[in-house]
Amino acid sequence: MSEQQKHAMAAPGIRQSKAEAVNAADTRELYQKREQIYPKLAHGKFRSLKWLVMAVTLGIYYIVPFLRWDRGPDAPDQAVLVDFAGRRFYFFFIEIWPQEVYYITGLLILAALALFLATALVGRVWCGYACPQTVWTDLFIWVERLFEGDRNARMRLDKAKWSFNKAWRKLGKHTVWLLIALATGGAWILYFHDAYDTLANFFTGQAAPSSYLFAGVLTFTTYTLAGTMREQVCTYMCPWPRIQAAMTDREALNVTYRFDRGEPRGAHKKSESWDDRGDCIDCKQCVAVCPMGVDIREGSQLECIQCALCIDACDDIMKKVGRPTGLITYETDDNVERFERGEKPRYRFFRARTMVYATAFLIVAAVMLGALVNRSELELNSQRDRNPNYVILSDGSVRNGYTLKVVNKANEPRIMDLVVEGDPSIQVRVLGAPEGDPMRLDIDADRTRDFVLYLTLPADAIDGPREELRFRVTDRSTGETATTPTMIITGAGE
Amino acid sequence: MSDNQHDVEHDAHSGTQTTGHTWDGIKELDTPLPRWWLWIFYACCAWAVVYWVLMPAWPALPGLAGETDHTRGLRDHSERANVAAAVADLQAQRASGFAALEGASIEQIENDPQLLGFVRAAGESAFGDNCATCHGAGAQGFVGYPNLNDDVWLWGGSYEEIRTTIRFGVRTDHPDTHFSQMPSFGRDELLSRSEIADVADYVLSLSGHEAEAEAIAHGATIYQAQCASCHMADGTGDRLQGAPNLTDRDWLYGGERQQVIDTIYRGPFGVMPTWEDRLDAATIDALAAYVYLLGGGESEGAANGPTGR
Repeated sequence: MSEQQKHAMAAPGIRQSKAEAVNAADTRELYQKREQIYPKLAHGKFRSLKWLVMAVTLGIYYIVPFLRWDRGPDAPDQAVLVDFAGRRFYFFFIEIWPQEVYYITGLLILAALALFLATALVGRVWCGYACPQTVWTDLFIWVERLFEGDRNARMRLDKAKWSFNKAWRKLGKHTVWLLIALATGGAWILYFHDAYDTLANFFTGQAAPSSYLFAGVLTFTTYTLAGTMREQVCTYMCPWPRIQAAMTDREALNVTYRFDRGEPRGAHKKSESWDDRGDCIDCKQCVAVCPMGVDIREGSQLECIQCALCIDACDDIMKKVGRPTGLITYETDDNVERFERGEKPRYRFFRARTMVYATAFLIVAAVMLGALVNRSELELNSQRDRNPNYVILSDGSVRNGYTLKVVNKANEPRIMDLVVEGDPSIQVRVLGAPEGDPMRLDIDADRTRDFVLYLTLPADAIDGPREELRFRVTDRSTGETATTPTMIITGAGE
Repeated sequence: MSDNQHDVEHDAHSGTQTTGHTWDGIKELDTPLPRWWLWIFYACCAWAVVYWVLMPAWPALPGLAGETDHTRGLRDHSERANVAAAVADLQAQRASGFAALEGASIEQIENDPQLLGFVRAAGESAFGDNCATCHGAGAQGFVGYPNLNDDVWLWGGSYEEIRTTIRFGVRTDHPDTHFSQMPSFGRDELLSRSEIADVADYVLSLSGHEAEAEAIAHGATIYQAQCASCHMADGTGDRLQGAPNLTDRDWLYGGERQQVIDTIYRGPFGVMPTWEDRLDAATIDALAAYVYLLGGGESEGAANGPTGR
């Protein structure tokens, strides 16, 4: 018997794959060594879509640091830059200061809500298409296939004794993996310093030590997570498979095996009727192409990232055996049961769950947008000295000291006028104020400046232990104004 | 208890070999250490050898490692040297600030934002190290130690005068020190206890405190005889003699009646050290400017400043 004839036939001309769902919850054991998964290359519309998503996401990741955005002479011109040294985050027209980190919080909330909504509508599309773990693993498998061939060739190579052929293929694969991993870590650091400078400095050994550290760490994690750990990251490390069970429901579109059509499954013999049997010929191509090592016919499961490659594989077979495609397809759990009862499918994208997610998303987006549009380029904070809390002068008047922090987020220097709103008898002294213009505050462009202030309340104006006050600064040319509340402590009654 | 088995037994479930030890029917698995753990362990051993060669690691016999009692390592690493270098670095960084401070007037300091920031930082640091013990972290003072925030300056409150006070101290051995001495009226039995109490009542009445008219009148007579030569007839004091103003709200030794009585009884003799020998001129400049700019510096006092309206 030849090697080929050992395979069972699933249908005329279609051999049954020996693929097993090695990562399914009921077959793997915690004490067992991990079984390597050799996903076979699928062909079809979802595979093409995944190539496209990979190209777009990797393109964004690698190109964005090189985009420029003119912000004037004193600010960096990189469109997207996390400038730790300058304590700024730049995103095209948006510039965020450290105290405005809530914009990032808002962005994360939006991302989370978008993820919830997408999951409630179409299942784990994030996991299947856009998650970096999926994208890079897909890329690494592509490289693996380039050097070692498709599923069967790879399995043969791994079983084979060491030879020159095996050695150069393995060496080549790991070299390219490491290069991709280095490019991944290398691109990451471009988001934190000027991309062009960093790129040049990186290879001449002049980049910041942190750049090498992070490039090294990310090279290591990319290589291990996408090269050697793969599905274990999703199955054991990632919390999302556990959380998503709460986000999805029986009316969400998921990658689903239509058991109403497929069962009873079994090999199909030539000229056998398709009546009284299912369309599934048990060829196991869906298992062979699965990068997660599961059998989709067992129903939705934690290990499945819903990458839809089994849909492509199954559609391919269905065309070959002359049955309608879509035995594995995006379908809701409810609809599969309806099909079984002979009912028509029903799709409800507007249901309580999706409406709540969508409404929450819109509210947060509106609040964020409002905050961004109304973002003030002038901020004022004050800190009253507490040591000493107050100073009683020889004539019985009381003085308090303050640090006034004026934040100028504009790209123009400002000249401001200070007013203390409250008791009119309060005397103000600003340390370093220009002569003849004692209430003038000068602040450079894109800077914060601290001013030391002394307020003195005359003895005859003291009528309680404290008085509420307000500092107000007004830009002389633009008229922009900012206030901050404060008080003067007199110590009276102590 | 344990029965040694020479045949290697494998656990049916895990396939791992057992140690052959059995306790109450429970067999111990001889699970090998995880590979990754072992490799990290080996790497650490190798690293330790590298470390011994490069870094100080082992106690050395006297004389074998120069002045130290341990091996120096090829890198000749020393934390003491690093600290010394870091301190030198810091001083070099501060040098430009101190250089700009030299010879600058207080107006120049106040009107140069960079210099102002430097003086406030350098002064606060030096103040915390040297002055805060007596004057308090916020220079707010305590009984017997003056508050440096207010506008009362017995020895002068201009930048120059504050610097002089810091340099030479108060009532020290230094020839240029500030000096004044109030007699110990009670301890040296110059006045009786009741006379002291009456003087205290009179002195307190100068700043609006109430007391028996008879005591005040009696105290006034004694005051004119004993105190007026230094503190002046009207009680406003005389800076040239180092005699404080008794009519204001400020009391270096406390303004309660008993505190004033104590002060007259013992005649205080507060001392501030001479700092000229301990601090360099630049640090004293920074300290003087810092204290001046706490808000009470004289000749530009807040009371004369512009108003907010």
